Amino acid sequence: MNSGVMTDQQQQLTDGRPRRRRTARQRRKQLVGLLFVAPALALVLLFFVIPLGMAFWMSLHNWPLLGKPRFIGLGNYARLLDDAQFWASMRFTVYYTLIVTVAIFSIAFPLALFVEKTRSLTKLYRTAFFLPVVVGFGSASLLWAWLLDVDSGLFSPAAERLGLMDQRVNLLAGFDTTFWSIIIMVVWKTAGFNMIILLTGLQGISTEVQEAARIDGASPWQRFRRITLPLMRRTIALALILSVAGSMLAFDQFYIIADGGPQNSTVTAVYWIFSQSFGSFRLGYGAALSMVLLVILVFISVVQLRLLRNPEGM
Amino acid sequence: MARTRTAPAHRLFATLRYHGFGIGASILFLAPLVWSVLVSFKPSIEARQPPLPPWPVGGFSLQSYDNLAQYGAGIWTYAGNSIAVSLATVVASVLVSLLAGYGFSRFQFPLKNVLFVLIISTVMIPFQSILTPLFLILTKLGLQNTLTGIVLVYVTLQLPFSTFMMRNAFDAVPKEIEDAARVDGASVFAVLTRIMLPLVLPGVATVAIFAFLASWNEFLAALILLTDQKKYTLPVLMAAVRSGQFGTIDWGAVQSGVTLMMAPCLALFLLLQRYYIRGLTAGAVK
Repeated sequence: MNSGVMTDQQQQLTDGRPRRRRTARQRRKQLVGLLFVAPALALVLLFFVIPLGMAFWMSLHNWPLLGKPRFIGLGNYARLLDDAQFWASMRFTVYYTLIVTVAIFSIAFPLALFVEKTRSLTKLYRTAFFLPVVVGFGSASLLWAWLLDVDSGLFSPAAERLGLMDQRVNLLAGFDTTFWSIIIMVVWKTAGFNMIILLTGLQGISTEVQEAARIDGASPWQRFRRITLPLMRRTIALALILSVAGSMLAFDQFYIIADGGPQNSTVTAVYWIFSQSFGSFRLGYGAALSMVLLVILVFISVVQLRLLRNPEGM
Repeated sequence: MARTRTAPAHRLFATLRYHGFGIGASILFLAPLVWSVLVSFKPSIEARQPPLPPWPVGGFSLQSYDNLAQYGAGIWTYAGNSIAVSLATVVASVLVSLLAGYGFSRFQFPLKNVLFVLIISTVMIPFQSILTPLFLILTKLGLQNTLTGIVLVYVTLQLPFSTFMMRNAFDAVPKEIEDAARVDGASVFAVLTRIMLPLVLPGVATVAIFAFLASWNEFLAALILLTDQKKYTLPVLMAAVRSGQFGTIDWGAVQSGVTLMMAPCLALFLLLQRYYIRGLTAGAVK
């Protein structure tokens, strides 16, 4: 009641005011708005935009940790074309991304379907599947590094004790066993995340459509193929791209569990950038490698935006 | 007659199958976590053996935690670093995104949309590709190898998510509420803190949880930007222990460290699950 009266008064006041005062007030309000967003902008400028520009600038230089940087134009980029380990790392990263994404989906999708309808205990199951997600990649890697250990770990000694193997096998000694162990660990850690994303998509499908198809005599598999999957295109695209982008940047698990081994066979792209920049202190070369990775990731993001914006995607 | 007897039997079988799968899958997902926690309470010598059975046979022991406490400058230094970094990241993320969210939601100013897109679009660029320049910039500012420096980096990395979250939270509050307060003579700042803040608290909770989990668990940036061993956060310390930098690997101590790192994340999630899932699905639904 009180405020209603005030509004009328204020209306009169502002209407009676000369124009100049009004624009001055508007400008002050604009300034206040800018002040509110200023801290965020300052942080993004200082710790994102400027470093981004610097990364490009550095990639054109021979830039040691100490001593003077020397401009070499595209020299670093020319060099990375001949860098066998870089290409091996890129190939490995793409291979890992493909395999792990398929593996995650083949577990997360059934889980999402399983927890979709709320029955007794469903919430408990959801929470159980999701718990590994909130544990950090660092902790999860340390945990699995132990489970995979040949002497004190779980898998190899347990297999021996159950009579599955004659003797203990060091799972981290060969490429295949290391690789698949890490795939299993990542699936364990991230399936719950993808399950929740897919679940939001599943729950967005109206039950009436499903019901109608059921009455028309469609089998569960037909309903999944013809109704669920097409209607979930957007959600699936989102989960896929999150998984692909995340896997392309994998580092923690390969560094902590495998140390890039055996024989550098599990060195990922980020791992190689890390070791060039902070192991060999070739900062300029590391920056050039970073730019390549950045272009790939931005490309993935653009594809993502296209897929998600496309109205037919609904 | 036969029908009425088979229908309940069929339903019972379906229920059994449902819970059989649910319980089996839950065990698979929870087992590694439980295994690690149980082993951390084994006596040192027993923890060196394969964890079969997982529980301490020779009695419950805190030996692994004692061993963990001995590394480097003492576990409390590192736990303290992790706690300080995480809490500071939470507070700063909430403050900065609260202001930015309010600004972007309620004010008109030149380039508003461009600036908003600028902040949000940093999510597309992997921070892994700008770590070297970040290292140099922090060195220039005298913040390299300081907890303050890494907090600033973490807050920046959280900004696309936290700004987006807070702007949406403010957008959801009807304009009439603050108009009424403004007319009553409250200042812009009073409107924000006294009237708007309680209304956007769920958004604040979401931002805070994500900021905590991200900064508590972050590994690569901490590994690069914290060069002095005394400044290590827990993940960096434990990775150093695992790589054998402190001598032979004591797996019991490593698992007690893992337990220490997991506990706050699990507790926070179980307590505030609703706000966490809200944040997770905000991106998916949008």
